[in-house]
Amino acid sequence: MREITGRQAVNEALREEMERDENVFLIGEDIGIYGGAFGVTNGLLDKFGEKRVRDTPISEAGIAGAAVGASLMGMRPVAEMMFMDFITIASDQIINQGAKIHYMFGGQMNAPFVLRMPAGAAAAGAQHTQSLEALLYHIPGLKVVMPSTPYDLKGLLKTSIRDDNPVMFIEHKKGYGEKGEVPEEEYTIPFGQADIKREGEDLTIIATSHMVFKALKAAEELAKQGIDAEVLDPRTLVPLDMESIVKSVSKTGRAVVVHEAHRRGGIGGDIVARIVDSEAFYYLETPIKRITGPNTPVPFSPVLESEFIPSEEKIIKGVLDILD
Amino acid sequence: MELSEEKLLKMYQDMIEIREFERKVDYFISHGDITGTTHLYIGEEAIAVGAINAAEEKDYISSTHRGHGHSIAKGVNIKEMMAELFGKTTGSCKGKGGSLHIVDSDTNNLGANGIVGGGIPIAVGAALAAKMQENGEVILCFFSDGAMNQGAFHEAVNMASVWDLPVVFICENNQYGMSTSVEKAFNIQDLSARAKAYNIPGVKIDGNKIMEVYEVVQEAVERARQDGGPSLIVAETYRWKGHSKSDAKVYRTKEEEKAWKERDPIAQFEEELKAQGILDEQKIEDIREEIDEKVEAAVKFAQESPFPDKEDIYDDVYVDGEVEL
Repeated sequence: MREITGRQAVNEALREEMERDENVFLIGEDIGIYGGAFGVTNGLLDKFGEKRVRDTPISEAGIAGAAVGASLMGMRPVAEMMFMDFITIASDQIINQGAKIHYMFGGQMNAPFVLRMPAGAAAAGAQHTQSLEALLYHIPGLKVVMPSTPYDLKGLLKTSIRDDNPVMFIEHKKGYGEKGEVPEEEYTIPFGQADIKREGEDLTIIATSHMVFKALKAAEELAKQGIDAEVLDPRTLVPLDMESIVKSVSKTGRAVVVHEAHRRGGIGGDIVARIVDSEAFYYLETPIKRITGPNTPVPFSPVLESEFIPSEEKIIKGVLDILD
Repeated sequence: MELSEEKLLKMYQDMIEIREFERKVDYFISHGDITGTTHLYIGEEAIAVGAINAAEEKDYISSTHRGHGHSIAKGVNIKEMMAELFGKTTGSCKGKGGSLHIVDSDTNNLGANGIVGGGIPIAVGAALAAKMQENGEVILCFFSDGAMNQGAFHEAVNMASVWDLPVVFICENNQYGMSTSVEKAFNIQDLSARAKAYNIPGVKIDGNKIMEVYEVVQEAVERARQDGGPSLIVAETYRWKGHSKSDAKVYRTKEEEKAWKERDPIAQFEEELKAQGILDEQKIEDIREEIDEKVEAAVKFAQESPFPDKEDIYDDVYVDGEVEL
């Protein structure tokens, strides 16, 4: 099968959905002639024109609000936040407006828009590197999608655009360059279906976004030491496929949760709580470990930043700690 | 401007209906039948009624926390709106929204908003959709003087101007954002001067004169419909009641209140219609009686309607699928 990058996968999903449905349009900062800060929307302006690939002023609240408003009128906007950090500027429109419209209006209206946002540490300091998925995960009414591989990025973005709810689509900057197999033919991936990226018997590593790649490398190293790790990628956080997580943890009896975001209030804590609340609790042989970014802002210096990002070594150490 | 007698009477009736509806709400909120708080539109009726009647039925509105008047002028079923205020399952939002979130998709009402200025970017998004769909629809975006100092106002109005969107920004300058007067919150006298910064038409009008509102809004709506872009209209008015239930109005004087009440928008319109021979005392009495009955029927409907079932809390979080427990 052909291999493409995460960047190309997102681009293809946008292109195909825009071809499929004339109501789909893109709106965001520098997504037109510039092709997006990370080159994700390259070529789409030429194909679809300024009307459907709409560059905006630097106005994140305005962009998110435009997406909410247009979605109420039958359009299918896909808005780009240049960096996930900027959802803080648009937070009223995301949290108080878009997320709640269906509920507080008693089901009279719905807001089917997608907000795409690159997250993750990538040599840019504290305001361009955050993984803020827990903020969004906390808010009822939002769906939160956080894929890792090019295959998942493409299939889940297509599903996001077709979904009738507000969907927060979190891309990892480092995922844009990752290559993976993606079929030529049309496919979509349903929400709420975790993917077992590597099968194993001894423990379950639940990893999100770019941490999936690290977890897979860690698993290969662990295999050399005779430890057979299963790597589970939830792919969507809301809805979260607890059934698959419970099944896997019940099988292995051990779990490690890995995410790049800060530990405190991170989704790792909630995943652990939900495992403990489930029948998987009775199968647990060891405590559940979280391997996460620390409770610090993301620092700039390469030395400090790599201390921030959970590494393969830290994942391996975490696994060995619970196996001891 | 020549309007049919029928239309003028409808506008008069709408104003009376808003005031009577709000008076009932005021009564029931002070007696505890309606819980929480609410923001009454009494004194500002000419703006919603004048503006909405100047647009077409197919046009949309976005409203504010002080939104009952806009909804009535746009044609909401007041039984459902009253039931919503009572928290009943028959309400506009099945009891999930309350006063701050009245919405009515049947009458192209994009909803009230609990966040000051929160509806402005949404109105601009709706206008962007209307422009892309080339359907000739215009969005009337209502907000307050308070909202004009939110960043969302600036972002949204600028976008609407840059893209020539079919939206009319209507500021109801009722002189106070809660207790803070416009004098304290602005360093300009005429708020419509801000339009210059966006290179769009801006005008200050007497928001208590319904025909002035009608004429100015109609011109702005037609300009928007002809692809002429947005306008900013600042309608000067006054809220007779406090900001919300708990407001003791210590920040303003009785004299000021009295002076504004002497410029009652309903009384002024009534005089005009009488002078034109469209209204007389008998007709006024008939109209008031009819509206009293309508509002009473709404109250009865609200009182007799059931509350939602506890299990309904989980409905409508997502369009599809259930909430994870």
